[in-house]
Amino acid sequence: MNSFLTIVLDGLIQASWLFIVALGLTLVFGVLKILNIAHGSFYALGAYIAATAVTFVAAHSLPPSVGFVAMLASVALIASAVGLLLERGLLKMFYGRDEVVLLLVTYAVFLILEDVTKLIWGVNPIYATQPYELFGNVAFAGLYYVGYDLLLMPISAAVGFAVWFGLNRTVTGKIVLAVIHNEEMSVSMGVRVNRVYAVAFAFGVLLAALAGALTAPKISMQPGLSSDVIILSFAIVVIGGLGSVEGAAVGAILVGLARAASVHLVPQAELFMIYLIMAGVLMFRPEGLFKREAARRI
Amino acid sequence: MDRFSRINRSAVFLSVVTATALALVTPASAEDTFKLGIVTFLSGPAADSFGVPARNGGQFVIDQLNKGAVPSPYEKVGFGGMKIEPVIIDENGGATKQVQELRNLYQRDNVDAVLGYIGSGDCLAVAPIAEELKKMLVLMDCGTPRIFEEAKYNYVFRTAAHATMDNVGLIRYMKAKNVKMDTLSAINQDYAWGQDSRADFVAAAGQLYPNVKLQTDLLPKFGAGQYGTEISALVGAGSDVVYSSLWGGDLQAFILQAAPRGLPKRSQLVFSAADHVLPPLGDKMPDGTIIGARGAYGLMSQKSPLNDWFFKGYEAVNGVYPVQAAYRIAQSIFGLKAAVEKAMAKNGGKKPSTDELVAAMTGLEWQSPGGLIQMRLADGHQAIQPIAISRTKYNPDLKRVDLVDIQYFPAECVNPPPGVKSLDWIKGGMQGAKCN
Repeated sequence: MNSFLTIVLDGLIQASWLFIVALGLTLVFGVLKILNIAHGSFYALGAYIAATAVTFVAAHSLPPSVGFVAMLASVALIASAVGLLLERGLLKMFYGRDEVVLLLVTYAVFLILEDVTKLIWGVNPIYATQPYELFGNVAFAGLYYVGYDLLLMPISAAVGFAVWFGLNRTVTGKIVLAVIHNEEMSVSMGVRVNRVYAVAFAFGVLLAALAGALTAPKISMQPGLSSDVIILSFAIVVIGGLGSVEGAAVGAILVGLARAASVHLVPQAELFMIYLIMAGVLMFRPEGLFKREAARRI
Repeated sequence: MDRFSRINRSAVFLSVVTATALALVTPASAEDTFKLGIVTFLSGPAADSFGVPARNGGQFVIDQLNKGAVPSPYEKVGFGGMKIEPVIIDENGGATKQVQELRNLYQRDNVDAVLGYIGSGDCLAVAPIAEELKKMLVLMDCGTPRIFEEAKYNYVFRTAAHATMDNVGLIRYMKAKNVKMDTLSAINQDYAWGQDSRADFVAAAGQLYPNVKLQTDLLPKFGAGQYGTEISALVGAGSDVVYSSLWGGDLQAFILQAAPRGLPKRSQLVFSAADHVLPPLGDKMPDGTIIGARGAYGLMSQKSPLNDWFFKGYEAVNGVYPVQAAYRIAQSIFGLKAAVEKAMAKNGGKKPSTDELVAAMTGLEWQSPGGLIQMRLADGHQAIQPIAISRTKYNPDLKRVDLVDIQYFPAECVNPPPGVKSLDWIKGGMQGAKCN
């Protein structure tokens, strides 16, 4: 029983930060129809910015709680600005082109951001562990868990709920949904689609960077951080259905649980298990678990 | 006519002066210098822990050798009087890139020898290339025993002991210190170094702890970064000992995540190559952790005039004490120097050919800051060396992790004898080991 609870908890902890990354990816795809290869780089950017903020706060002998707030605030500011800048300054120029062109543009952004992070933060591992100790330890199922890890679950749930609520229960959200469903009709109804694009992309970047910031205190930031994350988040959105918030949540939970179960029960199959689930879902629902069938426009 | 004669005389005079001046400013000929290709990680995940300390160590030793400022027995300038001219290449980028870079070093840069390589995968890839080109290659670090156990090379040497020493040393240390190990769990990276280290440690544990039971056995991918689930599995298993050959950023992340979850309190942590994470981790490194440094290096090094010179000199230049990678490149350079000078003594003082160098290096022995290096295995191409194992203890006054309870093991106690594969030697009861 304890082993089962441990697997569930480990899986949910991992699913929580993965969900936030995947949510950003699926939102950008849903609104802009861009498969954003650079999404992992925004995660890495968030982690590095958070580490810088935490280190700055620690260097000024301020308490770790200030570091925690500072890392979230700095990431929110910088990531939103970077997102807006990229969408207005670069992606906008390629709208209307083939989707493959946009894919290549985001791949170029991924490569550029990889080098930018190396240029700014160097190639050596960076740490910012102070906030990790902020919430103590909790005994559960015979094990100790770090309070910070457990906190990721409610944060993730809150972010997911906020996005769902924002999309489904607010006027702005309805406008975004309208753009998702039919861009031409939205334009004819007076929706400023370009503004929706810019805000949606910046928000997607913000979500990726937020996930990076939240994981920063427990990892070592080093080159290569982004590529691992983008692979996992693609697996999640493919399982859940590209463009679906609910799909991202279920996909993240499935990936988290599959990975945790395999590490505990069949460690050799850890990576294989995630792709096995992905292949299984694609066999029976090629559009993902939650993607609705769209009517073909003629 | 006179006028032309005058012009001709002037021209001849000017030509002679110019030629003389040119001769004076022309770079030293190939006979006066020894061009040495050095390959180490300057970027990527291994740069901070190994690559850059190796580069710094190599640069320090070469600078000092070129000045003739190294203590006995290496007081002669450069290599046998030839100044060393290093050509440094980044090891990052994968084995395929390294194969091309090695060809470039030999064929485009015309280096006299190449020295370097930290990654086991890179070593396995480049060794056959040096053999094909019949050029001297000195592998300075990589841990996998498979290089000379699965192939035979004439032009390739490894001047450091392979991973078998690290793991046999750890088990002998644990036995000597009465560390209880009825149960064992392991976490190692899923590539050559991690898998080979795990195999050696488990096999050696089976010899000195015959009743040990292997419980959780994890092989996360290289660069995994997040180990929450793995730590749950390890804490849940509650083994007496948790062994790992993780290194660099992965090891630091693992320790940072494992310590608050009580893993060091529940299990004895044993790390085969952890000295390089002590300076960055500081008080985050759990006290009492058993660690190896892949030799008698750094804070575990033994006092000698050569080691004192190296330790203090490196620390003064780089602001941090030298760890394993710096020691390993130093012992490689001193080994190559000893080989060059041995070959020159034999050929009348000329710059040695590759074949003369190979003959001199085969079976060579030399002193290094980390102790005596002996090319005993693989027909004189693979080194053995002594090792030290110790426990960690944070020193709040110096704000650094000290190493206590240090025990040294002679080379022949922890390395297999010639002609026997490492794993076979361990599984056969480590016959012929000389530990006294």
